[in-house]
Amino acid sequence: MFAAPAMIFVGLLIIFPLVWTIYLSLTDSHGSVRAPSQFIGFANYMEVLSDTERFWPAAGRTAYFTITALAVEVVLGMIIALLLWRPFRGEKWVRVAILLPLVATPVAVGMMWRLIFDPNMGFANQMLGWIGIPAQPWLSGQSTALPTTIFMDIWQWTPMVVLIMLAGLTSLSDEPDEAARMDGANAWQRFFFVTLPLMMPTVIVAILLRSIDALKTFDILYATKGKGGGSFHEVETLNIYAYGLSFDYNEYGLSSAVLMIFFFIIIGVMWILTRRKKGIK
Amino acid sequence: MKRRSLLQLMAVASLVPFGVTACGSGSDAAASGTVRVTLANHVWTEGIKAAIPEFEKESGLKVELTQLGEDQLSDQYNVKLNAGSDEIDVMMYRPLQEGKSFAQNTYLADLTGHVTSNASWGWDDYQAGPKTASTFDGKVVGVPIITEREVLYYRKDLLEAAGIQVPKTMEELESAAKAISEANDGVAGFVARTNKSAAVTQFSSFLYSFGGDFMDSSGKSAVSSDAAKKAYAYYGGLIHNYGPENVSTDMSWPEAMAIFTQGNAAFYTEADSLYKNATDPSKSKVSDKVGFAPIPAGPAGSKPYNIPSWGLAINSASANQENAWKFIEWATTKERTLAAQKAGVPGPRASVWADPDGTSTYPKDLAAAIAVSAKNGVGHDRPLVVTVGKAREIVGGPIVTAITGGDSGAAADEANTAFGKFLESDGK
Repeated sequence: MFAAPAMIFVGLLIIFPLVWTIYLSLTDSHGSVRAPSQFIGFANYMEVLSDTERFWPAAGRTAYFTITALAVEVVLGMIIALLLWRPFRGEKWVRVAILLPLVATPVAVGMMWRLIFDPNMGFANQMLGWIGIPAQPWLSGQSTALPTTIFMDIWQWTPMVVLIMLAGLTSLSDEPDEAARMDGANAWQRFFFVTLPLMMPTVIVAILLRSIDALKTFDILYATKGKGGGSFHEVETLNIYAYGLSFDYNEYGLSSAVLMIFFFIIIGVMWILTRRKKGIK
Repeated sequence: MKRRSLLQLMAVASLVPFGVTACGSGSDAAASGTVRVTLANHVWTEGIKAAIPEFEKESGLKVELTQLGEDQLSDQYNVKLNAGSDEIDVMMYRPLQEGKSFAQNTYLADLTGHVTSNASWGWDDYQAGPKTASTFDGKVVGVPIITEREVLYYRKDLLEAAGIQVPKTMEELESAAKAISEANDGVAGFVARTNKSAAVTQFSSFLYSFGGDFMDSSGKSAVSSDAAKKAYAYYGGLIHNYGPENVSTDMSWPEAMAIFTQGNAAFYTEADSLYKNATDPSKSKVSDKVGFAPIPAGPAGSKPYNIPSWGLAINSASANQENAWKFIEWATTKERTLAAQKAGVPGPRASVWADPDGTSTYPKDLAAAIAVSAKNGVGHDRPLVVTVGKAREIVGGPIVTAITGGDSGAAADEANTAFGKFLESDGK
């Protein structure tokens, strides 16, 4: 009885959409999901998996975005957490300032950075001009657009990693560090051989949470480059691609197949990460 | 244990939005005294919003208004209409963008009886082009409210300083853009939309003026015709050679208009319905220096598009269709159309255009340019297909290639193959 609300939640909000999406992915549903559609088996999956023009580049961009953003956020998050670990003057102010990007809505963040990175009137190029550096294309360049959106993700989400890392650091016992110090280990040695191994479960949690978020990033990319991820699909990840298939092309069957493949990719990544976490424990 | 961890994993992974295509359905609300109206952000909407209390007083009905940006509006329709929701009664939609697809999916109620039953309201007064665009399979499915033509916006002061006349041909436009950009540091000779999909509509006037079209008379792709190739090279070349220094390929009208209204471009081609953005001192630094002219003539003459950009329709799933029609009828009377037109929204009624009061608030040169464009205009500004979004992406490809200095001829050949394939399967 007590489990009923949870069962209803899982049934309605997880199982039903999942089953419906699987069903759509096996049909040629297009134009309208209410229009009659035919069961076509795995044809959508075959079409998607052999699509080297949009699907595979989008999958590559999703991986590139996730791995790069994650790597920088974890390293930067750890460094900032270490700096904030020990008490210092003005600590509260610094903590509040660091958390500010986290409370902003991703769409608003995207629109704000879009204005800052405007190639003609944006503040970023004006600043470069003051120090004599030529204007950069930022979001408008074919090769610079994706790194620029990664930068925006890092700006917004590193504070969350800092929070997780700080929580981990403050829960560590001082004794192993003290013992290492007594044995003459320097700061680097103490970090790499004492603090980091003890922090590994926390690091994995941070990676797990951030990797899910980074994989499914949508708002920032859509707010800055719109449908299709820009004129050359330069920031089109799997999420943006699936969204475009649904809402711009009305290809519901294909879109569902992309989302199912994406779903299994995420399941795979999570499986690997949770196995790794168990191993560390 | 294994089953539990799989469930946990699935719960975590379900954070991906796999539900985007799976939408709930609406409830069966009976006809009510509340009309739910969904409108796009537009000057027309601002005018009608201010007048809604009048309608509520006259009719005794209550209006519940939802106002959204173009893309959000479109996405919302896709979700709600797909789900058969009755939450929308009156909807503002784009006849050329969504009309065919919505009508084919029977999302739009048949208004033929309504528009023909009230002679004093006057369906006959509507211009032929907008009427055709709002009709599907012989049935009227929408009432046009806003029409658009592409015109040339220019900076009077820059032309005067350079001693250049307002360009009447494409060659003159190019040489004027060149001369002004070379004489004024930091000022682009020409600016226009650059985003692959957004640029298609504004590129269309260039395409027609060069003698081309997206499709030929038999419905086959024509984007690699000689005329089309020349048009792609010309439009993209103008921006590549004389456009803003760090030109982005993501510009739709707000970005391109911003460059022009900040005083950073001499020429700009855009829809006439957006002219207030350029002449309103609170939005434009060059409000008193803007001039308007018809699209310069290409080898085939000056052939801008002349289209109904927005219309009002009734959701076929609405249980409140009679009251919804009352709202549409009120919002589109001659008086309201005249009021909207005087506020800067070019309307679809012939009588309003014939009335000197209808153009009294327009800059004289703009009214003249609109008159010319209305006469020469082509009734579409994008391929008339079911999946317009995909078609725009395909035919817009060579525009961006030309803007970035690539081989737009080869890109047009490529687009022609892709568009041909698309046309065979469009709407299936």
